[in-house]
Amino acid sequence: MEIQYIADERPDTGLTNVKLGIWLFLASEVMLFGALFSSYVLLRLLAPEWPVGADVLNVPMGTFNTAVLIGSSVTMVFAYASLKMDDLAGFKKFMAMTIGLSLLFMVVKGFEYSHEFDIGNFPSTSTYLAIYFTMTGLHALHIIGGVIVNSYLLGPGSKMWETNKTQFTNRIEAAGLYWHFVDLVWIFLFPVLYLL
Amino acid sequence: MSDDVHHHIRIYKKVAMALGVLTVVTVAVSYIDFAVPMAITVALIIAATKGSLVVSCFMHLMEEKKVVPLSKWGFGTILATLVVTVFFFLVLIFIPIFGHADRVGEYFTLPNANAPTATEGATHDAH
Repeated sequence: MEIQYIADERPDTGLTNVKLGIWLFLASEVMLFGALFSSYVLLRLLAPEWPVGADVLNVPMGTFNTAVLIGSSVTMVFAYASLKMDDLAGFKKFMAMTIGLSLLFMVVKGFEYSHEFDIGNFPSTSTYLAIYFTMTGLHALHIIGGVIVNSYLLGPGSKMWETNKTQFTNRIEAAGLYWHFVDLVWIFLFPVLYLL
Repeated sequence: MSDDVHHHIRIYKKVAMALGVLTVVTVAVSYIDFAVPMAITVALIIAATKGSLVVSCFMHLMEEKKVVPLSKWGFGTILATLVVTVFFFLVLIFIPIFGHADRVGEYFTLPNANAPTATEGATHDAH
């Protein structure tokens, strides 16, 4: 069965099915993370005490990771722009940088987690740490998912460039939309968990 | 076509710099000793600014606006999806706040709020 409208726009939506699909998926992701942000508000309003994030977490590490993730979003748009300019080598360079920065983010996150565990801070320690580990953990799962998809698109998936440039560029755009969303979530998670 | 892409790349670079600067600003203002409601407001305004830069430029929402197939609504398909999403997101966020506002003045904590508490031993209703 052939999937329709992967390279051409569907007349009634004005979009390719790829793009409409990824936006609908992101809408559902907004609700998923929204439910957790809502839980955070509820837990915080009803907690007798709430720690300042900076007293518990490492703000410089969090700031560094924010910069890393924003950087990976930037290299992702450059990867997409390279394809638009018919430059596969440029795409591969920027995509590799995106994946590298994503892995760097995970390494730093790993250091943060292991430090928390070392000093006896577990999800069961307090309500604050429970919501911290839940939200950053779910976010980290999204990073891992993005790394897997982006690695596929950099490696075996890039063969599609030879057969169907438009479809491949659309795939990168969709992967990019997802990646920017993951960055967007972190832009809110960082101040909420680390700074307030 | 290529000129168009170069124009975009210039925008991407500017947005990248703006995001970097705003990240520094977020951390810097967190050292100012604001009252909690003020600190939350400032942090969320900066985060929302960064977020809208990402969505409008990196996610190309500025251009998607121009695609208007569902013309009788006056929205593009993506924008229509997002309007619904934003509405339900706000519902989600405000439910606990309204729930809390209902109980202002009552002593009430969640049974599982196991953060250390100064009011240990204080009597309170189970509901």
